[in-house]
Amino acid sequence: MSKGSFTSALNMPDVPMGKLPDHLEVQRTRVVCKADAPIHTEGIQFSGAYAAVGVDNSNPLDKFKRDFKIDVIRLTKDEMEFDMIGIDAAIANAFRRILISEVPTMTIDKVFMVDNTSPIVDEVLAHRLGLIPLDADPRLFEYMSEHDVPNERNTIVYRLNVSCEKGSPRLTVKSDQLEWLPDGSKLHEVAPSYPGEQQKTYTSFSGSQLEVSRRALGVKHKDITIARLGPGQTIELEAHAVKGIGKVHAKWSPVATAWYRMLPEVILLKEIKGEEAKKLVKKCPVKVFDIEDLGNGEERAVVKSPRACTLCRECLRGESEEQIELRRVRDHFIFTIESASALPPEVLFKEAVEVLHEKCDRVISELS
Amino acid sequence: MVSQQDDMVSQQEDFGANPNLLAAPIKSPVDKFQLLPAFLKVRGLVKQHIDSFNYFVNYGMKKIMEANALHKVTDTIYLRYINISVGEPYVAIDNIKLTPQFCRLSDRTYSADISVDIEYTDGKGQHPTRKTSVKIGRLPIMLRSCNCVLNGKDETELAKLGECPLDPGGYFVVKGTEKVILIQEQLSKNRILIDIDGKGRITASVTCSTHEVKSKTVFFMDKEKIYLQLNQFVKPIPIMVVMKAMGTESDQEVVQMVGRNPRYGDLLLPSIQECSSERIYSQEQALDYMDAKFNFFKSCSIQLFITSFSTLKEGRAKSILTDVFLAHVPVKEQNFRPKCIYAAVMLRRMLDAILNSDTFDDKDYVGNKRLELSGQLVSLLFEDLFKTMNTQAVQRMNYAMGQSNRSGALDFSRYIVTDIITLGLEKSISTGNWDLKRFRMHKKGVSQVLSRLSYIGALGHMTRISPQFEKTRKVSGPRALQPSQWGMLCPCDTPEGEACGLTKNLALMTHVTTDEEEGPLISLCYSLGVEDLAHLSAEEIYANDSYLVFFNGLILGKHTRPHTFANAMRRVRRSGKIGEFVGFRTFDDFLHDGLIEYLDVNEQNNALIALYEHEAGEIDRSEITHIEIEPLTLLGVVAGLIPYPHHNQSPRNTYQCAMGKQAMGNIAFNQLSRADTLLYLLVYAQRPLLTTKTIELVGYDKLGAGQNATVAVMSYSGYDIEDAIVMNKSSLDRGFGRCIAMKKQTVVRENYGGKVSDIIVAPQRDKDGALIRKNMQILGADGIAEPGQIVRNNDMLVNKKSPLNVDKDLKTRTYKDTPAFFKGVEGETTVIDRVLIYTDNNEKMPIKFIIRHVRRPELGDKFSSRHGQKGVCGTIVNQEDFPFSERGICPDLIMNPHGFPSRMTIGKMIELLGGKAGVSWGRFHYGSAFGEPSGNACKVDDISNALIQKGFSYSGKDFLYSGILGTPLQAYIFMGPIYYQKLKHMVLDKMHARAKGPRVMLTRQPTEGRSRDGGLRLGEMERDCLIAYGASMLIFERLMLSSDPYQVQVCQKCGLLGYYNQKLKKSFCSMCKDGENMATMKLPYACKLLFQELQSMNVVPRLKLTEA
Ligand code: SF4
Repeated sequence: MSKGSFTSALNMPDVPMGKLPDHLEVQRTRVVCKADAPIHTEGIQFSGAYAAVGVDNSNPLDKFKRDFKIDVIRLTKDEMEFDMIGIDAAIANAFRRILISEVPTMTIDKVFMVDNTSPIVDEVLAHRLGLIPLDADPRLFEYMSEHDVPNERNTIVYRLNVSCEKGSPRLTVKSDQLEWLPDGSKLHEVAPSYPGEQQKTYTSFSGSQLEVSRRALGVKHKDITIARLGPGQTIELEAHAVKGIGKVHAKWSPVATAWYRMLPEVILLKEIKGEEAKKLVKKCPVKVFDIEDLGNGEERAVVKSPRACTLCRECLRGESEEQIELRRVRDHFIFTIESASALPPEVLFKEAVEVLHEKCDRVISELS
Repeated sequence: MVSQQDDMVSQQEDFGANPNLLAAPIKSPVDKFQLLPAFLKVRGLVKQHIDSFNYFVNYGMKKIMEANALHKVTDTIYLRYINISVGEPYVAIDNIKLTPQFCRLSDRTYSADISVDIEYTDGKGQHPTRKTSVKIGRLPIMLRSCNCVLNGKDETELAKLGECPLDPGGYFVVKGTEKVILIQEQLSKNRILIDIDGKGRITASVTCSTHEVKSKTVFFMDKEKIYLQLNQFVKPIPIMVVMKAMGTESDQEVVQMVGRNPRYGDLLLPSIQECSSERIYSQEQALDYMDAKFNFFKSCSIQLFITSFSTLKEGRAKSILTDVFLAHVPVKEQNFRPKCIYAAVMLRRMLDAILNSDTFDDKDYVGNKRLELSGQLVSLLFEDLFKTMNTQAVQRMNYAMGQSNRSGALDFSRYIVTDIITLGLEKSISTGNWDLKRFRMHKKGVSQVLSRLSYIGALGHMTRISPQFEKTRKVSGPRALQPSQWGMLCPCDTPEGEACGLTKNLALMTHVTTDEEEGPLISLCYSLGVEDLAHLSAEEIYANDSYLVFFNGLILGKHTRPHTFANAMRRVRRSGKIGEFVGFRTFDDFLHDGLIEYLDVNEQNNALIALYEHEAGEIDRSEITHIEIEPLTLLGVVAGLIPYPHHNQSPRNTYQCAMGKQAMGNIAFNQLSRADTLLYLLVYAQRPLLTTKTIELVGYDKLGAGQNATVAVMSYSGYDIEDAIVMNKSSLDRGFGRCIAMKKQTVVRENYGGKVSDIIVAPQRDKDGALIRKNMQILGADGIAEPGQIVRNNDMLVNKKSPLNVDKDLKTRTYKDTPAFFKGVEGETTVIDRVLIYTDNNEKMPIKFIIRHVRRPELGDKFSSRHGQKGVCGTIVNQEDFPFSERGICPDLIMNPHGFPSRMTIGKMIELLGGKAGVSWGRFHYGSAFGEPSGNACKVDDISNALIQKGFSYSGKDFLYSGILGTPLQAYIFMGPIYYQKLKHMVLDKMHARAKGPRVMLTRQPTEGRSRDGGLRLGEMERDCLIAYGASMLIFERLMLSSDPYQVQVCQKCGLLGYYNQKLKKSFCSMCKDGENMATMKLPYACKLLFQELQSMNVVPRLKLTEA
């Protein structure tokens, strides 16, 4: 390099301005999963990180609006898989966290034991009842605060009254034996002094709950075992369900779980041919690779379905370590929601967005 | 010398003694595992206890009775026992069959009548009458023994009796508590032990024990001369004197008996010289010499047993030689020759040890030990009590005969006091004190309350061996792991701390034998060519090719071809003709066919045992005599729970053995109907995903004590230092680690006799119908708290009243309130689980309240994996903050990786891998000890392959996303299921603090201990810190103001303490009788107390005050 012509290290004539060099681009948009540990997991947040090369790292709203995309891959009654593309991990994670802990559901919270001679002790029975998902839309109900009286807008009442006759075989009590009481509690706080006396019960419903919900408020799964009764054993109880969120207790969590993974990307750094290619195809347990016939009797390995990659790193084991790179796309999330509540997963997701929205509103109003 | 031992711990092993057999049988190594379940089915886990108890009931008792059958008052007035038997347990009054569960609940003893057939004469020595089934007392019955109602019952029948089918039995129920009689370790009796004593002398000792006598004979060598030491002589007796006293007068014969090797002669020479310098040449002289050394006092107790010679003064030495010296060698018709030969053998072994130090015996060698089982211990008790009872019967008969005004014939049988045996047995078993003066035995803690903390804890308790030494001794020898423990005693299961290595546990397949009939065996030996020594001269004993044959410590004779003899014996044993425990032995079909045999520790030395057939490679196959059934059986029950124990650092396994017993879980199938003082149950106990063969064999898969938690090995939050674990709140919400603590509180409705007793009344109400006391809320109409009620501290349990007088007239009888309250922790909501009401033998009515508390894990609760890795819960984190995997799996707990490097618990890592492969394939993996070659443990390679097939990394490390940031974690995380145990130590039971509270009456200082709501002591060392720091006011505050400040009046004249007269408002000195020079000062009350206590001892402490 001659003395007079000073060249900046940043002056890279082969890289056009406004575009990052390849290795930096990979670093910016991908998590690279090496054999020993993943690298570049955090991502680069600072909008001006690449200003020197003339690359804007910010994500302005219009760009986000343009690029953001949701593709629903699979949707059943209780499960949904969708791709959320063009969003930061923090936001995707926020949805996940809200789904798990902040979207409300209705769940049994108070149990009034009248009789329980089953081998399951009262506390455990109540705990088990709490974990049964109910088929009640939480949007129809209000939260019950400490001083509220239980009414048809904040409490759902169920009754369980089963007994196993003496001499009959053992009885399994299933969740469908929980009977919804639309008119509220039938238990009297004190025993009535004459038959038919109007007595205070544990709820004060002003009308039938049928007006609140057109659907019967049953349980979501009818075959959950609550207890098993031996001959002569009885369970009689009333269970009151209220609205709550998963942060307080996992029983209010609307999802079995909700999670995402980043879209896998499998790159063949070198061409892999012949025997080696066959070996590679065999190595992958989920058939990510395939063989392509190059004609002339030559075969080479190609990446067929990178999405299936479970990141077992089997393909990196041994001599092929330098030939393959496993990556994750930083802003492409394969989101899965397994609903375990009355609401279908797509509604749950909308609810989660709503919760986040409200939070943002609150922040804005607090700040202004 | 080939020695044929008596019975002891033996183990079962596969056999293939001759090459022909080896070639054919065992199909594959895995096949032989099939033997194990079959074996345990036949034998049960605690067969040793049950067998020994059965032996005692069926044979031992009869032997004791026969030995003490005849009791004479005069020649004609006698009482003779003809037969003895034990019945089935039943309630004494109502003739209902007793069940163990009934006894547990109603605090009774599970016992059965001992009945005898007797013959006796009346007061005039005439009319011999016979009586059958006379009850002489009650014997506590061991559960599942032959007299137990549970014996031979199947699962449904057991369930009907309220019994858990997995309960091993082998313990007693005494006054409602379950008691185990621990296996006692003892030095082998009737065996010559060559050792060096405390003074560095070479000794040969024999602890002799026969039915009548127990004694210890010691030969020792002092200044090249050999002496005999016996308690009955004040001074050691030169050995040659003893030989002469036994009739071997010629020195030459003695030397011949010891052996012809001239070196023996040289060593014996000083002893021979000493003897002749004492001028003792004949038997007479020797006996006289010994008589002079007789220790009268020490022998008194022994006199009881000496029947033949004790009356003659000069015969004392001879009688001791007959009855005490080498007591197990019998003297028939004054023939001392067997004893002489035995003594000579002892001498020879001593001299051998001098010539070659390799021949010293190792006291810690398992082969030199015997185990004493519950049957033998109860038998000792019974013998003692039976004798006491008979002596008393004779005494009372004697007394009755002396009474002049007696009417009618005397009935001997009426003088048998049945309470002696009943109460004696009950007392000993319930306190654990074996105080038998007759046998000079004073042992404490022989029986213990069966630990019911966990199922494994109970099993482990049944196999525990109580040490022969006291725990305080700082010795390393007996604590060390002996190679001879292989297969007999568990190498892992021993406590830490003072009893380390002394308290041991049996291995899984160890069998402890009971006695075997001797007679037939002796004749068998003779017919196999053993030459009786009686017919041999001293010279012939050590002829070149002759070998001595020992039998239960007795010299039977010699044999010229020892190998032929031993092989012949083995053949007989294998053919099932003689008991399988004659040193070596065979089980059921296999046993009968001689395919499997039990090997004794001593025989193991002469066997070459392979672990697996294919292992035989390096050694000549024909040399292998046996094949081990399964190497996993060398561990005990408790150590058997550990998966891959052979990959762990050994102390970790030992730690787990201690912790496995503290793990909560399911205790028994009848756990909810038990009434223990304290019971911890896990609500959702699981079966371990990574199991072992032992787990299946002992039933731990049915009564688990832990849960399979998904563990991520990573650091998180900083609250996981020092082995703390981070727990997932949602997991806890869903029931992970939830447990039930049940406590018992008993209230007794007293009975004062004469139909006067406490009364229990309905809760009193005022005229509005409201309860007169608030804490009566949980009472039912009968005045007793009802099950299912939530009970808080100070709630009334029983509304009880006690009578103030015992008037017959109910109207004038007055009562005062004596209600019983629940004592619990403030702020804890507990529930009354059950209320048990019954009447006991004294017409009292105890009411048992079982109080239940369901707890979810909280900060500080202790957890542990099965690899001695305990840790407390450091923090509880919400699920959304927890990391999650690509499949949405979120760990239940996070463990810090620093737990691994120094602990080296590789087994835990393999457990994680195996568990992960297990869940993904939906099956259980095995990790039995040393099981890889036999397929009883999965190989890491196979597990890794299974993981790969399910799309996991072979290393078990997953790609996780941070739950907080949402981005991937910077490392792959080792994650998978590990079986975690919740240990009984919970914060709730331990946390304690106080601001102010009760004080001790005597010193007026705060009380000590959590149970008394005590203060936390600022001890000496803490005080030192404060002194060093110069924080004098803080010391003053802690040690005085916050403790026991007290104001005293001090007389400045005499320096003694005075008092303050409240009426005159003046202080006064009672010594000087005036109130002049009084001063007021503060000092700790304890200090004032000290002054007064000193004064009471005539020490005057005077205070000299200066102005402050
Ligand atoms: S990491 Fe595993 S799943 Fe992914 S491509 Fe490689 S072998 Fe296949």
